[in-house]
Amino acid sequence: MSEETLPAFASLNVGDQVSGRDVDITRDTLVRYAAASGDFNPIHYNDAFAQKVGLPGVIAHGMLTMGIGASVVEEWAGPGNVADYQARFTRPVPVPALESATLNVTAVVGALDRELQQARIDVTVTFQGATVLGKAQAIVDCA
Amino acid sequence: MPVNPETQGRSYGPFEPYEVTRGAIRAFADAVDARSGAHFYPEVARAEGYADVVAPTTFAAVVAQRAEFHVVTDPEVGVDFSKVVHADERFTHHRPIVAGDVVRASITIESITQRAGISKVTSRAELTDADGIPVATVMSTLAVREDQS
Repeated sequence: MSEETLPAFASLNVGDQVSGRDVDITRDTLVRYAAASGDFNPIHYNDAFAQKVGLPGVIAHGMLTMGIGASVVEEWAGPGNVADYQARFTRPVPVPALESATLNVTAVVGALDRELQQARIDVTVTFQGATVLGKAQAIVDCA
Repeated sequence: MPVNPETQGRSYGPFEPYEVTRGAIRAFADAVDARSGAHFYPEVARAEGYADVVAPTTFAAVVAQRAEFHVVTDPEVGVDFSKVVHADERFTHHRPIVAGDVVRASITIESITQRAGISKVTSRAELTDADGIPVATVMSTLAVREDQS
């Protein structure tokens, strides 16, 4: 972690939204994430393959959605200051061939540990009004 | 063939070290829409106290998933990759990853549970640096459909 960018713990309250924005995902995004992560599962780029395994079509990598959630947290927490981050993948995000899928991401203070000077940030990612990650929580070091 | 629960506890690695480059961090940050200059520019990262550009939170998956590949392709574990969905993931960072790090992963099958036609395979990847010091722990659960098709 970086002391230069640590968020100020004292000013935080449970329930505060610390960060949030919309993020558009396109097939281009999926190709970039596949290359950057090394995850070349064809369900993330091949519609025929995705349908063969029972999906409506190409879906986003769960790890891409999770990573975008982390990016929104880091915009407030500072890069390198997320000590722990977990999520369950509860709903797929289909990404159409020509249009974008828009994720809405919010990061809210879920709990404060005054002894450890850590904030639990609850991340909500929704697509078309439904959440796509479960128990998405980031622990941010504030000291 | 269903997942074999007797492979619970099996360990793999450590594997070939992964050399973290500035380019890999930039490409990953770009893909997950991480916008801090500390992911892209060494001088910004240094001003924030890092030795070099710093990886986004979930970058450790780049190394961990390479290790996970050895689990899912072990014929004795019996994961049919066409029936896999990713169920959950957790990153515990012991320190941030920066460009120049040489990271090595080992992976253990932490648990295999079977219920209602779904096998859940949870793995724990331990990432260490060139000195063997812990960098990150990555827990990942895959859900495998065990239908007859």
